Amino acid sequence: MRYPNALRVCLILPVLCFVSIHASAQDTVKIAYIDPLSGGGASIGEVGLKTFQFLADEINAKGGVLGKKLEIVGYDNKLNPQESLVQVQKAIDAGIRIVTQGNGSSVAAAISDFAAKFNERNPGKEFLYLNYAAVDPVLTNDKCNYWHFRWDANSDIKMEALTNHMKTRPNIKKLYLINQDYSFGQSVRSEARKMLGAKRPDIQVVGDELHPLLKITDFAPYIAKIKASGADSVITGNWGQDFALLLKAAADAGLQVDWYTYYAGGTGGPTAIKQSGVNHRVFQIAEGFANIPHQASQDFEKALRTKYDFGLFYPRAVNQIRMLVAAINEAKSLEAPKIAAKLEAMKFDVFTGGEGFMRKDDHQFFQPMYIASFGERNDKEPFDEEKTGWGWRVVTKLDTANTMLPTTCKMDRPS
Amino acid sequence: MLELILISTLNGMLFGMLLFLMASGLTLIFSMMGVLNFAHASFYMLGAFFGFQISRYVGFWPALVLAPVVVGVIGALVERYGLRNVHRHGHVAELLFTFGLAFVIEEIVQMVWGKAPVDYRVPALLDFTAFTVFSTNYPAYKLFMLLISIAIFIALLAVLTRTRVGLIIQAALTHPNMVAMLGHNVPRVFMLVFGSGCALAAVAGVIAGPALVTQANMAGLLGPILFVVVVVGGLGSLVGAFAASLLIGLIQTFAVSVNASLADLLGTFGLVLDTRSSLSELSNVTVAQIAPVIPYLLLVLILILRPTGLFGTRDT
Repeated sequence: MRYPNALRVCLILPVLCFVSIHASAQDTVKIAYIDPLSGGGASIGEVGLKTFQFLADEINAKGGVLGKKLEIVGYDNKLNPQESLVQVQKAIDAGIRIVTQGNGSSVAAAISDFAAKFNERNPGKEFLYLNYAAVDPVLTNDKCNYWHFRWDANSDIKMEALTNHMKTRPNIKKLYLINQDYSFGQSVRSEARKMLGAKRPDIQVVGDELHPLLKITDFAPYIAKIKASGADSVITGNWGQDFALLLKAAADAGLQVDWYTYYAGGTGGPTAIKQSGVNHRVFQIAEGFANIPHQASQDFEKALRTKYDFGLFYPRAVNQIRMLVAAINEAKSLEAPKIAAKLEAMKFDVFTGGEGFMRKDDHQFFQPMYIASFGERNDKEPFDEEKTGWGWRVVTKLDTANTMLPTTCKMDRPS
Repeated sequence: MLELILISTLNGMLFGMLLFLMASGLTLIFSMMGVLNFAHASFYMLGAFFGFQISRYVGFWPALVLAPVVVGVIGALVERYGLRNVHRHGHVAELLFTFGLAFVIEEIVQMVWGKAPVDYRVPALLDFTAFTVFSTNYPAYKLFMLLISIAIFIALLAVLTRTRVGLIIQAALTHPNMVAMLGHNVPRVFMLVFGSGCALAAVAGVIAGPALVTQANMAGLLGPILFVVVVVGGLGSLVGAFAASLLIGLIQTFAVSVNASLADLLGTFGLVLDTRSSLSELSNVTVAQIAPVIPYLLLVLILILRPTGLFGTRDT
C-alpha cells in the first residue's frame, strides 16, 4: 500500500483520471491572457497579467461568476503573430473559450482572423476574443469580426481627440512624428498628418520617423535628429520600452519639447519623463487616469497599489472584465455565442464615471476620454506614478458622444 | 546640421567601441581555436547581470572589476571542461556546443532575473552632463564608457605586441602546432584567451547595462552584429575588429539620420514612379528605416568581394 488509492486507480486506468481532471477544470471560468511575457514587451505584459488577475480576484471575492471562480491563465506570445496563434490553439485545447490580448495590432489582427475561421469551422467550440489594447482602427472597420470586441478607443478616436486638443495650442509650430514600424505606428503617423493638415495647416511637419518595434536599445541617434530638426512638439504612439527609452535618451540629451503620446504612462515612462524634467509637457490620451476625481476608481486604484508596486494602466480592462461578467450572468451561459449576443450593444457605467456602450455595428466600445499632462501635483491629486512624486492632471475631458467616429464595418453575424 | 554630425559621430563611436570590446575577444578566440563562439554575446549579458547584482551590494565600481573576473573564470571553466572535451569531435561539434551554451545561459538568466528588464542605474557619481555641444547635452556616463573602451583597446594592443604572453598568443594564432613544439602549453593559452575574451565581453556588459537595457534578450539583440564585425574586420585581426567596430557603429548611427529614399534618388534623375505601382511602397522606404539591416548587407558584400575581411591576412 505505498500509493494512495486515487493514484493507484490512475496508474491502472489513466482514462478515468483525465475525466476527473477535466471535471475539475469546469469549476473555474478560464480566460487566456495572450501577451508578451518575455523579451522587450515583457515588462508591460507582466503588468497586464497582474492587473487581470487582480480583477479576477475582485470578482471572485464577490462570489465569482455563475458560482464559479474566474481564473486568468498567462500564455507568452513573444509579441509574435505566428506564436500567438500557437498559444491560442493551446488555450483552446485546454478548454478555454475566452481569450484576451492587447499588445500589438499585428498580433490582434492575426487572432481576430483566426477567431473568425476557427469559430466557423468548429460550431459548438467557439471562442471569444476580447481586445483590451490593440488600437489599429482596421480591426473594427474593414477587418471587423463578430467574435472580436475592443474596449480601448481605437487609434483614430484617440488621434481625433489629441488633435482637437493640439488645435488649441498656438505654441505648436514645428512637429516631429516618431513611431514604431508596424500597422499601429503607421496608422498614427498617417492620421496625425491627415487630421492636423485639416485642423492646423500652419503646423510644419519637420520629421516623420518609423523605427523597428521594440528592437532599439539606444534612441540617442533619433533624439539627435529630432533636435536637429528644430521641432517644438513630438507625436508618438510608442509604448513599452520604446517610449521609456525614447524619453530616457531625450533626458540625456536635454531635449525640451512637448510630447503628445498614447502610452506615456506605461512601465518606465513616468520615471523617464521625470528624469527629462519636462513638467506638464507630456500629454497622454486615455480612458482613465488615477487622479480623476471619482471615488470608486480612486478606491480601486488604492487597493491595487497596496497589493502591487504599480498603478492601474488599463482602466479599460476593468470595464472589460466587469462587462464580461455581466454578459455571462445575463446569458446564464459560458458559451461564446450566447455571451457575444449579450455583449454587443451592452450599455455600461464605466470605471471612471459616465456611461459607455459597445457599438453593435463594429464591436467598438465608446466611453468618456481624457487628455492629461504629467508633472508636479497639487493637493487634489493623490496619486503619483512610479514613486517619482509627479502625477497625471486631467487637461480635457471628452464625453462619450464626442468620441464617436463612423465605421466602415459590415458585420458578418453567424446565423 | 553640424550639431547632428558631431553628436552622431560621438554616438556612433560609442556604439562602435562597445562592439569592439566584445569583438576583440571573439576574433581572438576564433582565429586561435577556429571556433565561432556563438555564446560570446551571452557572456556580455552575464557581465551586465552580474554587474547589476554585484553593484547592488558593493556599488558600481567594485562591480566593474568583480563581474568581469567572475565571468572570465566561468569562461575559462567552459573552455577547460566543455570546449576542450568537445574539441576532439571536430569543429562542428564545438560550434554546436557554443550554440547550445547560448540558449542555456539565456534560460538561466531568465530563471534567475526574470524576463523583464532589471533596474540597473548609472552610478550617481557619473549621473551628470559632461559637456554641451551647441544645445545637446552629452552625459558623463557615455563619456566614461568611451574612455574605458579606448583604455582597454590600448592596453590590449600593448599586451599583444609588447609582452611575452602577447608574443606567444600571436604565434599561436598563426602557427599553433609550431608553438606547441617549442614547449609552450597551447591548451593553457587557449583557456587564457577564452577566459579573457569572455571577461572583455563582460566589461562591455557591465558598462553598457545601465546605458542600454539589461534584460534577458540583450544577447540576442547584439550577438548577430558581432559576427558582422568579426567578418568585416578580418578574422583574428585586432586592428581589423577595431576598424570594423567603429565603421559599423558610425554607419548605423548615421544611417538613422538620413531621410533619403530610393524615390528621392530616382527623382534626381527625373524619374517618378507611379504612386499606385507596387514598387512605390518599396521606393519610399528611407535609409533611416533600413538602418538596422545595413550591417548585414555589408557582411554579405564583404563575403562576396573580400572574404578575408578588411584587415584579414588568411582565410580559414
